[in-house]
Amino acid sequence: MYFFPMPALLALTTCVVGRLRFTGWLLAVLTGCSAPPPGDTIHFWAMGREGEAVQVLLAEFERRHPGIRVRVQQIPWSAAHEKLLTAFAGDALPDVIQLGNTWVPEFAALDALRPLDDRIDGVADLFPGMLEGSRVEGRLLALPWYVDTRLLFYRQDILARAGYDRPPVTWEGWREAMARIKDQSGPDHYALLLPINEWQAPVILALQAGSGLLRDTARYGDFRGPAFRRAFGVYLDMFRQGFAPALAEAQMSNLYQDFAQGRFAFFITGPWNIGEFQRRLPPALQTVWETAPLPGPEGPGLSLAGGSSLAVTRASRHPEAALALIRFLAEPGQQAAFYRLTGDLPGRRSAWDQPELRNAPHLDAFRQQLAAVTPTPGIPEWERIAAQIAFHAEKVVRGELSEEQALTELDAAVDRILAKRRWLLSRGAAPGGSSP
Amino acid sequence: MMRGIPMNPALAFIAPALILIGVFFFLPVVGALLLSFTDFDIYALGRLDRLRFVGLENYRRLLADPRFWTALKNTVHFVAVGGPLSVLVSLGAALLVNHRQVRYPGLFRTLLFLPVVTTLAAVAVVWRYLYHPRHGFLNYALGLLGFGPIDWLGDPDWAMPAIILMAVWKNFGFNMVVFIAGLQSIPRRLYEAAEIDGADGFSQFRYITLPMLAPTFLFVTIITLIGYFQLFAEPYLMTQGGPAESTLSVALLMFQEGFRWWNLGYAAAVAFVLFLIILAGAGLQARWRGRRA
Repeated sequence: MYFFPMPALLALTTCVVGRLRFTGWLLAVLTGCSAPPPGDTIHFWAMGREGEAVQVLLAEFERRHPGIRVRVQQIPWSAAHEKLLTAFAGDALPDVIQLGNTWVPEFAALDALRPLDDRIDGVADLFPGMLEGSRVEGRLLALPWYVDTRLLFYRQDILARAGYDRPPVTWEGWREAMARIKDQSGPDHYALLLPINEWQAPVILALQAGSGLLRDTARYGDFRGPAFRRAFGVYLDMFRQGFAPALAEAQMSNLYQDFAQGRFAFFITGPWNIGEFQRRLPPALQTVWETAPLPGPEGPGLSLAGGSSLAVTRASRHPEAALALIRFLAEPGQQAAFYRLTGDLPGRRSAWDQPELRNAPHLDAFRQQLAAVTPTPGIPEWERIAAQIAFHAEKVVRGELSEEQALTELDAAVDRILAKRRWLLSRGAAPGGSSP
Repeated sequence: MMRGIPMNPALAFIAPALILIGVFFFLPVVGALLLSFTDFDIYALGRLDRLRFVGLENYRRLLADPRFWTALKNTVHFVAVGGPLSVLVSLGAALLVNHRQVRYPGLFRTLLFLPVVTTLAAVAVVWRYLYHPRHGFLNYALGLLGFGPIDWLGDPDWAMPAIILMAVWKNFGFNMVVFIAGLQSIPRRLYEAAEIDGADGFSQFRYITLPMLAPTFLFVTIITLIGYFQLFAEPYLMTQGGPAESTLSVALLMFQEGFRWWNLGYAAAVAFVLFLIILAGAGLQARWRGRRA
């Protein structure tokens, strides 16, 4: 990364060129060229395609703020988390960072982010569930930029054949619909595709059932609590009843082909698959697949608050300029423009009234679902806990553990992960991270 | 009569190297060992007073961690299949290049050595194209032979063979050069004597080449073993340990724990267990060779 002398070089050239244009080069030589004030250069790390697309928006930002230059560094998603933590350890964080929503608690524990409270307008315009995940111990540390959540993708025609003209909204209705679809379809056909090695489905069901997943201000796992038990039973039933095949995500190599052939009618996934379904499914199927909010225990259910946030680091030497950038990217107009560039869903509700979002197919369900999302527990240990949930759930589906054994072992494993947190809390220290 | 403390002048000559090794190797190793007895994690990264001494807890946890056993199984798979394959390919290539009837041996030696000096990141990009399930050359070639396409890097059963194939191609050149040196140090007169005795080509190989190459073999197998146990860059660049953790290696696990999740204490414990495994493997091999020699 050799861009250090670039600003100086740029300043010099613009200075020379500017003088030439207005007074002729002779005068420039006579007066000597004094460089214009350097202005604030802020460094912005953004991930993957977002890091590429956001650069299109920045021309407008630099036009509006002549004193600020933004340098975007693109980081591949696969290396983003370690790059950010290593940069913190090496005291090399840039001014503005894009953060996966679930990483906010970790950076809060490191005290690496500047609180944004009162510094950002339109916070009330954000989806409340999204905002909840960005607040740690009452302080707003990051601003949801684009959002995602998981809901039902389904085949209308298969559902109609089973006698339903609309998707199910309750667990019970969903179970009945899946049972009918399973009865009507041939061998090797299923009602639902549900990867057995992902934590999202059991966690979503548990959150819907009212489980907090953890108890005593996130000191211990609460997986043997009644709410999680109930949700876990519903999850396992999908496999026990044969509604879903017991396949891991890596074994689902021809997902789109299988969906096109009607091998399953329901699939729980996120906005990134809208584009994939439009591209990969044959034209004849484009009118029969739809999206719907997730069913819940008694009515429409919760889903997860996913997506990415923007944050200003404590290391930033230009926090005001950094804040200006975040404010700019959070404007409804810019959010809609970003949707056009990437297909990423805006975090601000008013951006959804822009015509390109209002008229886009399949987005209505997302808009409804985003009003009912909740973040995962806001503690730095969450990713490791999630991995344990996925691991133990898979063991039960594969028949290697009984339901009871799995929940007992899961609680024990999670309690071990949380040991450090308990120690910190017992010392009266705030370990960072919000607690349920 | 004044005499300074007797000091071997050699010490002055090796001191710069010793100091460098001490500062940049032994000190970090001791530091890592100490680290492996602590619970250094993201909390401690933020504030050092949140660091605790936990004794052997990291090692106990490691042995109960299913991901560690998966990683160890994958690594042993890689070493057990990739190691011998790599050595055999190197030996075969060395015998071919070193053959009397081969013209321009220097050219072939250089060409076969090229993958070793090519950046792995670039190699990985090219091999990802080769392995592409729909547009890749390998599946195209399989199609010509009448086989169906293989999802090389996406299928848990094929990802490790794909990694092994690429690693062998990337690395065999180094061992080949070592074998060539070994072959050229075998005195010609042994073969001449064998020819007079009427030994055919295979007998010459079996009773002269192989025994004379034994020290080279020891060197090559130990170096390969040490290198292959540290499998990291190939899965890091190609698969990130997936699919379904089928290419998660011990070194990759260490990297993920240490630098993705910043559990440095735990990662240091992984590093020392990996070190002990390699030490034991190399020691066993050396003893086994020593007894046979």
